Amino acid sequence: MNTAETIIASPWGSVLAIAAMALVTFLCRIAGVVVMSRVRLTPRIERGLRALPGSIILATILPVVIDNGLPAIIALTAAIVAMVVTRIDIVGLLAGLGTLAVIRAFG
Amino acid sequence: MSSGIRPHFSAAGLRYGARAALPAFPGFIMFAVAFGTAAAQKGLSLGETLGLSAFVYAGASQMVGLEIWQQAWTPSTILTIMTVTAIVNARMILLGATVQPWLRNEPLARTVLNLFLITEAGWLVGTRYHGEGGRDVGVLLGCGIILWVVWLLATLSGFFAGALVPDPRRFGLDLVMPIFFGVMLVPLWKGAKPALPWLVAGLVSLVVHALVPGYGFIIAGALAGVAAGMLIE
Repeated sequence: MNTAETIIASPWGSVLAIAAMALVTFLCRIAGVVVMSRVRLTPRIERGLRALPGSIILATILPVVIDNGLPAIIALTAAIVAMVVTRIDIVGLLAGLGTLAVIRAFG
Repeated sequence: MSSGIRPHFSAAGLRYGARAALPAFPGFIMFAVAFGTAAAQKGLSLGETLGLSAFVYAGASQMVGLEIWQQAWTPSTILTIMTVTAIVNARMILLGATVQPWLRNEPLARTVLNLFLITEAGWLVGTRYHGEGGRDVGVLLGCGIILWVVWLLATLSGFFAGALVPDPRRFGLDLVMPIFFGVMLVPLWKGAKPALPWLVAGLVSLVVHALVPGYGFIIAGALAGVAAGMLIE
């Protein structure tokens, strides 16, 4: 083993692993800003970016909610209805969690 | 832009952001406690566990990282964990792209900090504020700082007391993140037509999730949504 491999195999390897993970994650975090500061914001790109927040939400939650079946679908619906009615995010969240807990307790 | 306010930064914004982040706390606590618990069970030291939470600060990649964590590292296992982390976190590129116009005139050091602290939940809180016409960058940073602190404290609790936590399923807490995301969808709603790309995103993510293992469905769905948004006049 050469010196570098000896260091990596020692406890310093964990430090290196964390540093490597932190580095690539930070690069992901800044890449969008770096790229967009060099791209001219055309109306088409702007439309695409405007669609992003809702798209990320649906892409993240839809498979998870469907995997968890009817209780999850009902709980999510309750959360959204409570949010539409009150416009208070914490109320929507509690309505969703409460509904899920009740369904599971009696289901 | 409908609002005439220029992007700016204020301490009041920091405080507002910290308060606005509150609904994201349960999801962060839940996830970080679970991570701290899993890390302790896997035999990671406190330093390693906190190091991951503090510097990587990206839940899904931390969890996946634990699965391939090594007692003795080699250059190739380091490269593996780096690649896997990059794949899981690639979706963050999209978050940065949307906040770039808001951060355009910010000092570099503050933008670096803001982006280091960006997470989907914090970004959604910031996006809602921005969508309602707010332009104070302090809100985004305040949200980022408080969520990072919550994340670290919850990791610490999970590491030492994870075994004491009752089954989170009993309180529906395993689904706290999806439910929070769903709630944040409501203020984004501007009618059926602007939501059409969301539908495309959801359908594509379902298909990818069914066909490909891992977290790829998020970025695939998100990119499909952006593409749909660009195509729909």
